Amino acid sequence: MLAVPGIDLLFSSVPQSAEFRLANSSGTITLRCKDLKVLQLEIPGMEECLNIASSIEALSSVDSVMMMYPFFYRPQSLKLEEGWHLFPLQQYFQQIASQVSLEGRDPAMLRSSQPLTGPNRKRCREDEMLLGTVLEEGERGFIIDTRSAQAAKQARMTGGGTEPKSSYPQWRRLHRGRPLQESFIKLVDACNDTAINMDRWLNRLESCRWLSHVKAALSTACLAAQCMDREEANVLVHGAEGTDTTLLVTALAQPGCATPPLPFTSMIPPGGSPQAGHPFHLRCARSAYSHARLKQEAPLFLLFLDCVWQLSRQFPFSLEFGERLLLTLFDDAYASAYGTFLCNNEKERCLCKVKENTHSLWAWLNQPGERKKYLNPLYLPNALVIWPSVEPQSIQLWQGLFFRWIRSSQYLDEAWAEIQRLVEGNEPPVKDSAGNRLSQSLSDPTAQPENGR
Amino acid sequence: MGTLYLTATHVIFVENGSETRKETWVLHSQISSIEKQATTATGCPLLIRCKNFQVIQLVIPQERDCHDVYISLIRLARPVKYEELYCFSFNPKLDKEEREQGWKLVDLNEEYNRMGIPNNYWQISDVNRDYGVCDSYPTEVYVPKSATAHIIVGSSKFRSRRRFPALSYYCKDNNASICRSSQPLSGFSARCLEDEQMLQAIRKANPGSDFIYVVDTRPKLNAMANRAAGKGYENEDNYSNIKFQFIGIENIHVMRNSLQKMLEVCELKSPSMSDFLWGLENSGWLKHIKAIMDAGIFIAKAVAEEGVSVLVHCSDGWDRTAQVCSVASLLLDPYYRTMKGFMVLIEKDWVSFGHKFNHRYGNLDGDPKEISPVIDQFIECVWQLMEQFPCAFEFNERFLIHIQHHIYSCQFGNFLCNSQKERRELKIQERTYSLWAHLWKNRADYMNPLYRSDHSQTQGTLRSQMAPCNFLYKFWSGMYNRFEKGLHPRQSVTDYLMAVKEETQQLEEELEVLGERLANLQKSQLNDNKDKSKQQEQSKQLRLSTSNNSLANTPQEYSNDLKSFPSRSPSQGDEEDSALILTQDNLKSSDPDLSANSDQESGVEDLSCRSPSGGGCLPSEDSGKDSDEAVFLAV
Repeated sequence: MLAVPGIDLLFSSVPQSAEFRLANSSGTITLRCKDLKVLQLEIPGMEECLNIASSIEALSSVDSVMMMYPFFYRPQSLKLEEGWHLFPLQQYFQQIASQVSLEGRDPAMLRSSQPLTGPNRKRCREDEMLLGTVLEEGERGFIIDTRSAQAAKQARMTGGGTEPKSSYPQWRRLHRGRPLQESFIKLVDACNDTAINMDRWLNRLESCRWLSHVKAALSTACLAAQCMDREEANVLVHGAEGTDTTLLVTALAQPGCATPPLPFTSMIPPGGSPQAGHPFHLRCARSAYSHARLKQEAPLFLLFLDCVWQLSRQFPFSLEFGERLLLTLFDDAYASAYGTFLCNNEKERCLCKVKENTHSLWAWLNQPGERKKYLNPLYLPNALVIWPSVEPQSIQLWQGLFFRWIRSSQYLDEAWAEIQRLVEGNEPPVKDSAGNRLSQSLSDPTAQPENGR
Repeated sequence: MGTLYLTATHVIFVENGSETRKETWVLHSQISSIEKQATTATGCPLLIRCKNFQVIQLVIPQERDCHDVYISLIRLARPVKYEELYCFSFNPKLDKEEREQGWKLVDLNEEYNRMGIPNNYWQISDVNRDYGVCDSYPTEVYVPKSATAHIIVGSSKFRSRRRFPALSYYCKDNNASICRSSQPLSGFSARCLEDEQMLQAIRKANPGSDFIYVVDTRPKLNAMANRAAGKGYENEDNYSNIKFQFIGIENIHVMRNSLQKMLEVCELKSPSMSDFLWGLENSGWLKHIKAIMDAGIFIAKAVAEEGVSVLVHCSDGWDRTAQVCSVASLLLDPYYRTMKGFMVLIEKDWVSFGHKFNHRYGNLDGDPKEISPVIDQFIECVWQLMEQFPCAFEFNERFLIHIQHHIYSCQFGNFLCNSQKERRELKIQERTYSLWAHLWKNRADYMNPLYRSDHSQTQGTLRSQMAPCNFLYKFWSGMYNRFEKGLHPRQSVTDYLMAVKEETQQLEEELEVLGERLANLQKSQLNDNKDKSKQQEQSKQLRLSTSNNSLANTPQEYSNDLKSFPSRSPSQGDEEDSALILTQDNLKSSDPDLSANSDQESGVEDLSCRSPSGGGCLPSEDSGKDSDEAVFLAV
C-alpha cells in the first residue's frame, strides 16, 4: 500500500484479482477491485514489482474476520459502540406499526424459510396452526416463494419443499426466482468490453439477464405489497433459507422504504434475531472479478440496491436519499472500514465482538456533515405506498454503478448539483441566514443573493 | 361505452357514464393505419395506429357500422389535396397582424447574420431567385464569395436534382464551415470542372485549412451502387485537397422498417425483459440513431477541433444530410440548444433546404415507400443528447414531443409541402399559422429548469463521446410509449423544479423589496422588524408541490395470477386513478389536443362504442363544436 500512495487499496476497494506482466525492467500490475474499479500500476524494477504484487496478494486475502480492517479503523469523529443501537429491529417494528396504523386487522407480511416437506410430503401440525393463526375464518393469504416452481420442486429431493395446498387451505402460493452471481459477472464483463459495438450491445445486455433479475425482484416485491395493500391479505414470503431473496422481497415491499437507512434494517439486523440476517460474509466475498467461483457468492444485496435505484428513478421525490448512498452501501458491503456488514449472522458477530471492536457504518453516515451528502434534495415525504412500473421499458441499466469507473459522470453530477442549488435556494431561509443575507446585501449593495443566477 | 364522432378534421370519442366527460380527440392527419380485426362476441374491433405512437382500439357492436367507420376513416386519413389539411381550417383566434408576426419569429437571414455572414468569405447568392437552378432549394443561398454564378450553375448540373454545395453552418471563430449538397453525377469516371472549382472555393473560404472533408453519409456499398446509375461520390484524385469519408447511415427504407419493428416491440403485451431487449436489438433502431450521432460528432470535431470545413451529402441531400448537419450544428453552437435557436435550426436545415415533409410524413395520400421517420430520428438524437447533458438545453422533452406531434398534425403550416417553392405557391404564410409562434407563446411549459446560460454545459461545443458508448443510447419510452402513462416516472422533476424556480424568483424579488424597505426603515430610525419577519413567514407558505401522490400511488399489474383472485380487484383502483392522470395532464399541457389521449395503462384503449343510428359517420351533432373550436375545448 505504501508503494501506491493516494490509493486506499485496502479499505476502499480490496483487489479481487491481480495480474502481472513483466517487460524488460518494469512490470505492470492490474488490480480488479470489488467495487468494479480496475487499476493499472506501472512499476519500474522487476523485483519491486514482484514484491508489491505478493504483498497485495497476501494483504487482500485475509482469512480471519478479526484481522479485517474494521477492527483497526478508528475515525476520530466517532466513538466505538456508537451507532450500533441505531436500528434495533424492535424499534423498527414499532415504527412500522405506527406507520401502518394500529387497528390490528391490517395485513401483515411474514417471512420464513422453506417448509421441510421433503420427498415424502411430510406435514407439520404446528406449522400449519401457526400459519392458521395469522388468518381469521374465511380470510386468505399469499405465500410468495421466491424460487421458481422448478427449483422448489428440486428442493423437495433434499428435504425442503413447498406448502401443499391441502395442508394450508387458506394460502395461495406464487413462485418466482433465478440464479444471480453469473449474471453479475457477465454484466460487468459486458460493461468493460469496449470493443463491443451497438449491434451486439443489447444482445449482450440481454444475455446477462441482470435486468431480468431486477424486473423479477421488483415485481415480486410489488406483488407482495399489492397483496397486502389492495387485497388486504396477509403475505408469507420465503425462499430456501429465508436469508436471501426473501429478505430482498420483504425489504423492498416495506411501506417505510423511504427513509434511510431504514430499508436496510431487514437485511442487516444489527440487534435483531440471528436467523433473519443476510449472510454478507458469504454472499459479498469476492464481487465480479473473482476467478474463484464461490458457491455461496451472490450479489443479492446489489440486486436490492439496484431495485431501490429503479424506484428512485421512477419516484424522484419519494426517497429521502440519493444514488450516492446506494453506491456507498454497495462498496461497504464488499469491503468496508466499518463492522456493519461483517460476518453472516448475529451469532458470528457476537463471537467476533464486532460491536465492541468496530465502528458502525450507520454511525458514520448519521453524522450531520455526512448525512447531508446522501440526501435527495427533491425529497417530499409521501406516506402512501408507491407502485413502480415493472415493464421492461421502465427498467434501466444502473449506469451510475456499472459504468462508474468506465465513463465520467461529470455532466450528470453537474445536473444533480444544479438541482440541489435550485431546491436549496428555495428552502425557506432559516432565521439566522435570512438575517445574514439581508445584512450582507445591506452592507454591500452589489452583493448578489446566494442563489442569484 | 361511448359515442364516436367523425368530423371533418378529428375522430372524437366521448365516453358515457362517468361524471366527468372524457373525450379522446385524434386528428385525421395523425392516423397512420386502420386495421379491422376479427369480430368477437362484443363486437367488431377497429385498431387505429397514430403517427404520434398512440394506439386506439374501438369495439363497434355492429359489423356494418364498423365497416362504415373503417371506410370513412380511410378516406379521411388520406387527403389528396393540401386544402383538406387541418391547418387551412384551424383558427387560433389571432388577427392578421398577429399571424404575420408569428411567421416572422424565425428569420433565416437574421440567423446567417448571427453566424457572421455575409463576410469576406461568404455571400448571399441570388442565382436561385426564381428557383431557376434548383427547385428544392430556397431562393436565398449562401455560397463562397469566389464561387461565381457560372461555377454554381455548372456545379448544380453535376449534382443530383441540381442541389449544389451551399452553406449550412459557419463557425466565425475559425472560419470552418459545414456545407451541404447532393451526390455528384460522377458515375465511373465523369468530371465537372465547375464542381471541382466549387469545392475549391469552399476550401479557400477557410484560409486556415488546406483541405476540406467530403463526408458521404451513405454506406459505401450504396454509394458504389449509385455509380452504375451515373451518380456516385467524389474521386479524391479529381478534386484537389479533399479528404473523402464514408459514414454509413442506412437509407429511408431501412429506417422505416426499423421503426416498424421497434413499434411492434412496444406493442407487445407484458413482454419479458428478454423479449424487449431482443426486439429492440433486432429492430436496429438504436444502432441507426448512433450512426447519425457519430456522423454529427465527426463533423463537429472536424469543425471545432481541426478547424476544417466539411461538405456533407448523401444521395439527394435532403434526408441524412439534414440529420447530420443539424446534429453537428447542435453540438457546435449553444444557440441551437435554446428554444428559439432550435426552431431556427429546424427551419434552416430541414424546412428551407427542401426536406420532403409531405412525402416523408405522409401528409397527403402518396407512395408509402416515401414515408420514413427521418426527422423523428433527429428529434431522438436531441433527446439522447439531453439525457447525456441535462443542463445543456434550454428546452425540455415535452418541447421535442410537441414538435414531433405537429410535424404530423398539419395543424400549422410550417411543415407542409416538400419545398419552399411549393409553400410559396400555396401561400402558406397567408393562409395558415406558424407553429413556432404557438410554441413560443407557451414557452413556460417547455423550459428546462436546469438550464442556465452561464452554466459550463451551455458553453461551446458539446463533447459527446463517439465509440464505444453503446450504453449511452437508450430506448425513448417518453416518445414511443408516450400514451402509456403507467410506464413513465410518475413524478415530474421538471415541473417541480420549474415551480421551485418561479417561487425562488418571487422570494428574491420580495427579499429585494424588503431589503430596500429595511434600508429605509433604518434610515428613519425605525425598528419595526416584526413586520418583516412576519412577511417572511408568509412567503414560506408559497411553497408549492407538483408531486401528485395519486400518480405515484397507482398500482400496476404485477402478476396474472392475481386476476383469478375474486376479492377487490386492483384494476378498479386503476381506473379511478388513471382518470386523475388525464386531468393532471390536461392542466399542464398547452396543447389540449395533445393530451386528449389514451389513459389506460396498456396504451390501447378498449372502448366499446355504441354507434348512433344511421351508420358510424355522424357529423350532425358536431354543429355545436366545429373543428376549429376543437383545439380550445378543455377535456
